[in-house]
Amino acid sequence: MKEKIEQRKDISDVVISTRIRFARNIRDYPFPCRMNREQKCRVAAIVKEAALGGHSVISSRFRYIQMSELTQEEAVSLVERHLVSPEFISDREGRGLLLLDDESVSIMINEEDHIRIQVIRPNMDLDGAFDLADKIDTVFDEQLNFAFNDKLGYLTQCPTNIGTGMRASLMLHLPALKESGAMGKISASLAKLGLVIRGMYGEGSDPKGSVYQLSNQVTLGISEKEAIRNLHDIAMQLVTQERSARQAMSENIAVLDNICRAFGILQYAKLLGGDECMKLLSDLRFGVEIGVFDHIDYDTINHLMIEVQPATLMKNIGKKLTAQERDQIRAEVVRTALIRGQVPASRRLE
Amino acid sequence: MLCQSCEKRQATTHIKTILNGELKEFRLCPECASRLGYGSFFGNFGFDMDKLFGSFMEGFGSERGSKRCSFCGSSFEEIAKSGKIGCAHCYEEFYEDLLPSIRRIHGRTSHTGKLARSAGNEVRIKNEITKCRTELEKAIKEQEFEKAAELRDRIRELEKNMQEEKASAQGKE
Repeated sequence: MKEKIEQRKDISDVVISTRIRFARNIRDYPFPCRMNREQKCRVAAIVKEAALGGHSVISSRFRYIQMSELTQEEAVSLVERHLVSPEFISDREGRGLLLLDDESVSIMINEEDHIRIQVIRPNMDLDGAFDLADKIDTVFDEQLNFAFNDKLGYLTQCPTNIGTGMRASLMLHLPALKESGAMGKISASLAKLGLVIRGMYGEGSDPKGSVYQLSNQVTLGISEKEAIRNLHDIAMQLVTQERSARQAMSENIAVLDNICRAFGILQYAKLLGGDECMKLLSDLRFGVEIGVFDHIDYDTINHLMIEVQPATLMKNIGKKLTAQERDQIRAEVVRTALIRGQVPASRRLE
Repeated sequence: MLCQSCEKRQATTHIKTILNGELKEFRLCPECASRLGYGSFFGNFGFDMDKLFGSFMEGFGSERGSKRCSFCGSSFEEIAKSGKIGCAHCYEEFYEDLLPSIRRIHGRTSHTGKLARSAGNEVRIKNEITKCRTELEKAIKEQEFEKAAELRDRIRELEKNMQEEKASAQGKE
């Protein structure tokens, strides 16, 4: 029989992914807000050389992308896949991106800072993501003269990032807490602990599909390890809270009805709007989380949540689409994935 | 971090907006966010951004004269207005001016954690001492007294090195 939701050890029912980001700058260049085009190009060239020319094993796996050469869809798709920030594609001139072959590491050049190293890992893997980001950072540190001050740590364009320059985030699916209206209170109490919770696409975005990003806010006077430990501990408390809220809702017929309807629509719809689709996928995930469905795995849903984003849809199809064409293809993508992603009965959990 | 509007409550809402073609960021508490129209995703009207930003930067004071960063040419007024620092050297040139807002943002003013290659010896030792002290506290709490004694000796040794480092730095001056 199914074990109680609250007691599961694996937390992939709540934690979708982990991200670690380091902000770094080169001492002898002004920060990006005060650089001209020529200086930006020079910084991009230096950083590119430091990454690709390095002797580390990982350097041969990086690909350099000049942002100004991308189409609008390709650029937006990078945001949808969480590889770059929305800010990064707002003005692509003089900006470059180093992307690891499996897309788990992206290095933005000339975003808010000269270098933004970002590592993304599935599920909860703060230590793994940190270790990799730390190694890449050390490779750069050996070749570049980083802007660093003994008192203030790593110096960044925005004073909110000085110190470690590290932002650690966890992407969380919190449908039950959102439904119960507890998010406002939670976000207020998190602020007191030096953490911040916001929507899926980071700063200024609203929580589509009940997906939230939890990250550390304070970067000065707290070491990387402490900040990570702190984030981990608070996230585990949120996992417990979310699970007990789920437990309380799991027998509610209106909730179950909503989940099953979502599954029905996702399987049979011919047109699916973007926001509608995210909402339904979130409901479906909720269904898997509380044990209504056991034949769909989290990976399938996690991938779909990214694949159905408009620019990523167009990038994968390889051409521009009208809104209605997108809705049609989105419905097809979801339907196929739900059939393909079914876990064979022999491998089903619990 | 404190709310940039009332400066009393904790900020929970992070707002990114385009103002006169420039991206601006604000951190507000729930009360101020809803008062200024950010409580819902709809009422984004009647928000006097300049006024808000002016009050946010009041803490910076005004006796700055026309001092500019010798490296990038930023004046403190420009930094205060945009919320963006011009370059690494600005942090040194305007250190005293920036400190109050740094304290307001982070609650602390001294870095602990990873050090860049360019970091000085003194800060390296200081960092090591902080690390040992944390471990020492943990060892005492867990009643690992042998380990605690080792750490205590290590801290003494580091403190001695620190004194030497300071003395040699003064000698150079």
